[in-house]
Amino acid sequence: MASTDEQIIAELGLRRERPWSIYDYPNLIRAASVLCFLSAWEIYGRRTDPLLLTYPTAVLSAALQLIGTGELPRQLMASLATLGVGFVLSVVLGVGLGLIMGRSRIAEAAFDPHMNALYATPQVALIPLLMMWLGLGFTIKAVIIFSFAFFPILINTASGVRNVGAAMVEVGRAYMASHRQILLKIIFPAALPFIMAGVRIAIGRAVVGMVVAELFTAITGLGAMLTLYGNLFETAKMFVVIIVFGLLGVALIRATQALENRMARWKETERATR
Amino acid sequence: MLEVRHLSKVFFEQNDPRKPGLVALYDVSFSVRKNEFVCLLGPSGCGKTTLIRIIAGLIAADKGEILVNGAPVREPGRDRCMVFQQFGLLPWRTALGNVEFGLEIEGVPREARQKVARRYLDLVGLNGFENYYPHQISGGMQQRVGIARALSKEPDILLMDEPFGAVDAQTREQLQEELLKIWAKTDTTVIFVTHSIDESVYLSDRVVVMQSRPGRIKEEVKVDLPRPRWEGDVKADPRFAQLRAEIRESLRT
Amino acid sequence: MALNALEETALRDLDLARARTFRLTDHLGLIRGSSVVAVILLWEFFGRDVNPLFLSYPSAIARATVQLLAAGEFQRQALGSLQVYAVGLSAALALGIFLGLLMGRYRLAEYLLDPYVYALDATPRVALIPLLLLWFGLGASARIAVVFLSGIFPVLMNTFSGVRTVSADLVEVGRVYGAREGKIFTKIIIPASLPFIMAGIRLAVGRALIGIITAEMFAAVTGLGALLIRYSSALATDKFFVPVIFLSLLGVILSRAVEALERKMAPWKKTERAL
Repeated sequence: MASTDEQIIAELGLRRERPWSIYDYPNLIRAASVLCFLSAWEIYGRRTDPLLLTYPTAVLSAALQLIGTGELPRQLMASLATLGVGFVLSVVLGVGLGLIMGRSRIAEAAFDPHMNALYATPQVALIPLLMMWLGLGFTIKAVIIFSFAFFPILINTASGVRNVGAAMVEVGRAYMASHRQILLKIIFPAALPFIMAGVRIAIGRAVVGMVVAELFTAITGLGAMLTLYGNLFETAKMFVVIIVFGLLGVALIRATQALENRMARWKETERATR
Repeated sequence: MLEVRHLSKVFFEQNDPRKPGLVALYDVSFSVRKNEFVCLLGPSGCGKTTLIRIIAGLIAADKGEILVNGAPVREPGRDRCMVFQQFGLLPWRTALGNVEFGLEIEGVPREARQKVARRYLDLVGLNGFENYYPHQISGGMQQRVGIARALSKEPDILLMDEPFGAVDAQTREQLQEELLKIWAKTDTTVIFVTHSIDESVYLSDRVVVMQSRPGRIKEEVKVDLPRPRWEGDVKADPRFAQLRAEIRESLRT
Repeated sequence: MALNALEETALRDLDLARARTFRLTDHLGLIRGSSVVAVILLWEFFGRDVNPLFLSYPSAIARATVQLLAAGEFQRQALGSLQVYAVGLSAALALGIFLGLLMGRYRLAEYLLDPYVYALDATPRVALIPLLLLWFGLGASARIAVVFLSGIFPVLMNTFSGVRTVSADLVEVGRVYGAREGKIFTKIIIPASLPFIMAGIRLAVGRALIGIITAEMFAAVTGLGALLIRYSSALATDKFFVPVIFLSLLGVILSRAVEALERKMAPWKKTERAL
């Protein structure tokens, strides 16, 4: 800043500092809020029936115990493995079919009614049927995760491709690009922000699918732990699992957001459907 | 009518409130007579928008005072009204609904305010567009709605913050002429912010030329062109060219 | 647009109208229709050959529908589910909009509440179902709680970001015209964030439906979700599809209804995409 500005401020006798305001320290407010909540929970929780309600320190010791025995890391890895397989499958098929449906009006007309019907069906309702078909193993979980995550990717990819301006495609044609080149060098990058938005939504739904799948099959994974400790009335351990789910959700959504920002740097984040 | 006395305003950094970022206005004084048309002219960053926002009562000055009819200004009041650069129309209201807004806030009953609103829509030439939403009409028409809304409150002072900055050149000339006609019919005082020399000379009785770092008044130029200015070609008048050159020179040095 | 006489003559001269050959893309409706019919026929044809324990077929499902409706069991369970859904969703919408407005407009409310809101929003709500069943038992209150928790966050988050994106310019317009906080809230903030609120409601309607089905399936005592479990364990695949189809239709109808409401309430704006 120019020194004249400094002189003017001095001459005007303006205060250098704004008076202290609580709003300059939002994290202080947040911390106070969380601290109050946790203490109230601790005090109230200790007085209540431990079968129903637990309290923060009990949750903490349950967490240490579950990590110490290796149970939590083992089940987490099992959950993540199914999540990975199901999710990758839905990205590959969702983007692939989405590109075709977005590009070809005939393919769109042929697939669209079925895709919409399947998307409208609450996927949880199909789980009992899938269990009859596929049993209780790894496959069914991956399939359930796939069915949760597939549609947002498909629909966003298709609408992203359809939204690529004719003008942009014409640029490609004016430079005599082949169909393949137009698809790879124009349509795909132009639709990428939409695709990534679909992926971001899909990851959240994939986690939900994972939890539901594990709750119902109840053999391995974090969801199975939830069912098990629910039946044993071990509330503290249930909370540990729920918190892990929360952290997992935050981590995965943050990661996709970061990926989204990286891959579509040239565009403001595209909001996605659903 | 309006008196601005030794007005100063400093903006502090957003993320470090201790650090002064910009001296937007430094010791600005001027006055406006009743029924006068005054333009505030200057490059971007000269504080002209800050000045008009302080007059409107939207932000507070750090030093100095503003008197309207002898009473100090601290907040928005019904003696002043503002026309915004980006029109400031409420997108969920029709043209009529937007013009009604000011009177609605004052608690005027529906029928009475609709009557007034229709009259002012008529005045700005938007008869028949009452039920259109802002996104359905052109930028020029949107700003007419903005002007009608401000006039509906019959303010003593009409504050206009680069009102024609967001419309195309042709529409802009048309709106300038219509503004002069409307102003001639009412006894409003107008303070008009612009960065176009031509616009300021064509419209005003007096141009207040401002400069930046820190924002302050450079000089005041009296515009002695005859009125009404929409008859004949004022812009071809040698006096117009003279004033324009004078102001340009003042802005340059 | 109608052609004028000169254009008519030119067209006749060029003899183009008849020259346009048959193209598949001119008959998209036909493709759509035949695709649907083909799938249904294939399902009927092959479905009959598959073990009925694994896959049913359209005519069997139709027969099961008639049978279930006549018995009245289906309607009773559906009504029970819908009542729980309505109560939980109304509570979620009311509180979600209220907290969203509060947090969007007042920083103190935002800082006090956002740690919980973000934490709960990131946690898959289905994971709370076992805990809620433990706390509230198998009655309606546990299911209401699940519906409530499934529905509240989309509304809250969308309302919140709607209020936050209300442009400062519009608030300023209100101030210039002499509006105080109350008027600014009712005449500027709420209408300006309405498209976002509606987008949140659209999301919540779907999420709450998934919530109630999951909860009912997990508890397996009452409601449509329990029917799903009952029919599938009885290996009655044809009956199983009846609630599935009902739920799909319900999902479509509800989201269409919200979209229609959205267009009616916010005609000035294109539908806001939900977060």
